[in-house]
Amino acid sequence: MRAVRIATYLALLAAAAVAPMFVPEYQTQLTDLFLFIVFALTWDLVGGQMGYNSFGNVLFFGIGMYACAVTQVGLVYDVGAYNAARGGGATVFTFDVGQYVQGLAIGLPAGAILAALAAVVVGGLVLGMRGQYFAVCTLGLGFAAGEIANGWEWLGAGSGMVPATPPSEMADIKLFYYYLSLGLAAVTFVVLSWLYTTRFALAINAIRDDEDKAEAMGHLTTTIKVTAWTISAFFLGIAGAIYGNVRGFIDPIDVAFPSATIGVWMILMAILGGKGTIIGPVIGAIIFQITKELFWIYLLGWQRVALGLLIVLIVVFFPQGIVGWVRERRPRAVSAAGQ
Amino acid sequence: MALLEASGVWKSYGGVVANRDISLHVNDGTIAGLIGPNGSGKTTFFNSVVGSHPVDNGSVRFDGREITRLGVRQIARLGLLRTFQQTRVYGQMTCVQNMLISMSERGRGLGNLFTSQRSAAADRAGELLEFVGLYPKRELLAGELSFGQQKLLEFAMALMNEPKMLMLDEPTAGINPTLINGLIDRLKRANADFGVTLFVIEHNMRVIMNLAERIYCLAHGELLAEGTPDEIQANPLVVDAYLGAH
Amino acid sequence: MLDNLNILIAAPPITVDLVVNGILIGAIFALAAYGMALVWGVVKIINISQGEYVILGGYVTIVLTENGVHPLFGVPAAALVLGVLGWLIYRLVIHRIVDRDMFTSLLATYGIAILLQQLMNTAFGGEVRIADAGLGTRFLFGGIVAIAEIKIIAFALAAVLAGVLIWFLKRSRTGQAIRATAQNPRAARVVGIDTDRIYAATFALNTAICGAAGALVAMAYTIHPYIGLAYTIRSFMIVVVAGLGNLAGVIVAGLGLGAAENVAAFVLGTQYQLAFTFSLLVVVLVVRNWRLARRREYLK
Repeated sequence: MRAVRIATYLALLAAAAVAPMFVPEYQTQLTDLFLFIVFALTWDLVGGQMGYNSFGNVLFFGIGMYACAVTQVGLVYDVGAYNAARGGGATVFTFDVGQYVQGLAIGLPAGAILAALAAVVVGGLVLGMRGQYFAVCTLGLGFAAGEIANGWEWLGAGSGMVPATPPSEMADIKLFYYYLSLGLAAVTFVVLSWLYTTRFALAINAIRDDEDKAEAMGHLTTTIKVTAWTISAFFLGIAGAIYGNVRGFIDPIDVAFPSATIGVWMILMAILGGKGTIIGPVIGAIIFQITKELFWIYLLGWQRVALGLLIVLIVVFFPQGIVGWVRERRPRAVSAAGQ
Repeated sequence: MALLEASGVWKSYGGVVANRDISLHVNDGTIAGLIGPNGSGKTTFFNSVVGSHPVDNGSVRFDGREITRLGVRQIARLGLLRTFQQTRVYGQMTCVQNMLISMSERGRGLGNLFTSQRSAAADRAGELLEFVGLYPKRELLAGELSFGQQKLLEFAMALMNEPKMLMLDEPTAGINPTLINGLIDRLKRANADFGVTLFVIEHNMRVIMNLAERIYCLAHGELLAEGTPDEIQANPLVVDAYLGAH
Repeated sequence: MLDNLNILIAAPPITVDLVVNGILIGAIFALAAYGMALVWGVVKIINISQGEYVILGGYVTIVLTENGVHPLFGVPAAALVLGVLGWLIYRLVIHRIVDRDMFTSLLATYGIAILLQQLMNTAFGGEVRIADAGLGTRFLFGGIVAIAEIKIIAFALAAVLAGVLIWFLKRSRTGQAIRATAQNPRAARVVGIDTDRIYAATFALNTAICGAAGALVAMAYTIHPYIGLAYTIRSFMIVVVAGLGNLAGVIVAGLGLGAAENVAAFVLGTQYQLAFTFSLLVVVLVVRNWRLARRREYLK
């Protein structure tokens, strides 16, 4: 029932809002979780709902990250000089409260918009391919972006870039980003929930089920596809902007364009939870984050191996995901909620 | 008044001439038929007309407009739709959803997609599902329907889009013979009541002779004969083409 | 960047050096690409873990040299080890996904790739390694072009391996069964070919070839745990450009890619070498799709 569902979501939101007071030791992991939810939901919009399985969504994540960081730094200092100094040198790069807040207020939207623009440009070129060609192409895109950033001196190249340091007066900046991430996850969820009640959702499902048929019925498939990817990119850009500031250090390949970690984890989360549904990616993100943390604690040294194995196991043995599994057992239990 | 007019259409595939200098026309409001033995180029001709592939030569005019340079989507948006021989529906969506997404978008931009699913179109979707006899199955996934039911759904979806002309590729193939009369009846009503011009590829002679006002016969990629059902049935070339093919 | 380009134009010998050296490694790219095409054409999957078998073959060779064996023995050793590993991976994972959609095979083999990368990193460490064959340098064209002798040997061995592979596919019973299955799996089954065993044999053959290629890479170039994906992408690119089943095309594309990468590394700077490779993949696919779009088709 709809009321029960909304009540549950509000309860979860409230729990997440007060969590820092009760379990402050998990604040970092929860911040990551909220961003993971955004990753999984945005991937599923284009992947599970539209059938275009992208391995390269980190492209938009990293663009948002660098765009925000560059904006935050660039409003006050020369970015090239800032990155060249690499923390040493004569100048000390500080930001006062006003500069920091202004930088973030402009940087976050800058990240979102630049990521969205990238989706429009890249999407126009790449969304004409289907199936495996699109997938491998996006894989190349993700890695190419990382390698280009890795060589680009102005962005700090392989040494990476340090985002604007928050002034000491801003006491608990991590808590601020906690709520920002929570807010982003909530907004993404609400927006996509609404989107999935519109005809646009029917259109992208139609493209997934039979794109040739959709074309034969006159749908503006290219525009629809690019729009979907742009929506994903927008939220991913914001997520990237937040994450760069949370991590405090932007490494081009491991943090900004992490194709072999976050890039594939987002696919795994959506599949694990149940792709093509609104709650599936959320469930998948939660379970994945818990599993990942457990691996880090109990399998230290082998956690990445275990995650690689997990990918294979889920893809091979559990492709229907949790929502799919529940549906098979109780077909009418998961009603329009999951759809 | 010719709604569809093809002149000198040529199409080759990998060295084989599938359509050779085909010229025909379908008048507004009529039902026309396209027959011919297997491999005579009928579906290729349909594909040529709706823009699935570019034609090598020739012209196709729809509603007075040259469409050979246009793509599938644009041609569909002009009001020329086709159904597929192997039947294509959106398998993981319900019948109702298949209908709703097939609503005509003509004259409306992308923004229209961001409206609620259950809008005014829902009534019309229900009516058309009722028209093809699928209303009781409306909440089933299209992929769960039988082949014949999917054909009916595809037909309903096409009508939902309010086309000026509908090109049907073997609409009775694979249908239980007892249901064929019902289908012929619906096709006629679609033409008479909804004003949809029909152009039908058919193998079932009884169906096409009953349905069409004018019939074109293809053989080996060429137009062999044309005329009323009586004229076609009496034409020795047509008989030869079919007998020769077997 | 422009300075480097001007150097190339002003001093042709450097270009020749770059191109020749590029062609030498290109042969190894072509070898790995042919293996990928084989699996793609027969088992109908795109193997994202392709490059990992190359790198593993390199590590087998390095382990051998650490135990006093000459690295050239790494070629057959790596082929054997990787052949067995490939057969195991097929039995454990691949055979469960051969009937599913392409995305499943992409994701599963990507998962295997990540798994293998992490295992290699844990087992061998993350540094760049080489298996020194102890050979010198040769100077061609009157001292203009300097080539490490081992690279010439690697090129020759790659050609030999390709020859062996082609002979195997044409003459041996398994090879013929593989080709039959590629053309028509159902007909193959009708004449009594066990397609599952053929898929396993094909996959193992591919990994063996990759392993042997990896031995050459370790000797003539360098390896580290995370460079495998680059080889996968190169193989994929070559297959897309050449087309499945076009051996001559694979050779030409492979050699050409090697030369292009080497020249690009000089012009753009070595820090952008991988950026060039991955970007080239995107460009190749976009161009290929655009050309198909003019015929109202698409890459599928």
